[in-house]
Amino acid sequence: MAEIKVDCTSETCPVPLVETRKALRKAKEGDVVEVIGTHPASKKEIPMAVKALGLELIDVQEEGGVWRIRIRR
Amino acid sequence: MAGKATIIVHSGDMDKVYSALIVANGALAMGMEASLFFTFWGLQRLKKGGLEKGPLSKMNMLGLGKWMVKRRMKKAGAASLERLLQDFKELGGKILACDMTMEIMRIKKEDLRDDLISDYCAVGTYINEARESTITLFI
Repeated sequence: MAEIKVDCTSETCPVPLVETRKALRKAKEGDVVEVIGTHPASKKEIPMAVKALGLELIDVQEEGGVWRIRIRR
Repeated sequence: MAGKATIIVHSGDMDKVYSALIVANGALAMGMEASLFFTFWGLQRLKKGGLEKGPLSKMNMLGLGKWMVKRRMKKAGAASLERLLQDFKELGGKILACDMTMEIMRIKKEDLRDDLISDYCAVGTYINEARESTITLFI
């Protein structure tokens, strides 16, 4: 099981959402995708996409305006 | 939770093409299917080298307004239309080109970015796509 990192720091709508989806499509079942970003709305919306895709949201953390979302495919 | 979004891209204005591509990419990112049906002024944007050529729908001011908005978008980290279009294709989005517009505006297949276009079609194809869509927009 691999861990895939996606850095969307200073990217805005819709890039973090799109890059998350691209990484999840490439990931294999069981892989963990970690997305890092600064766009505030994406912190709420990536978990919405995870739910819609029926995947597992491991956790969401934020420190100093930088959020980190981990998803299991 | 699947579903589909079908958008008619009638406008060729830069800001409106942005809206269409952002909504379509959002739909794909959230697990939906998405189709973009390019017609009239929208189809001009699928001409080779035409994607970024559209004016701003308001306050274009002979291109000055567009230049200002583009500069601010760059500062905000907004993606280019080309990047959004490539992402749209990578996530499995479908691009449809209106064949009547091609006839009226004398656009040949070789004038268009044929590699991006899934089908050349008419209203029947749009209806077939839209009737099974939960989101359909005219932009």
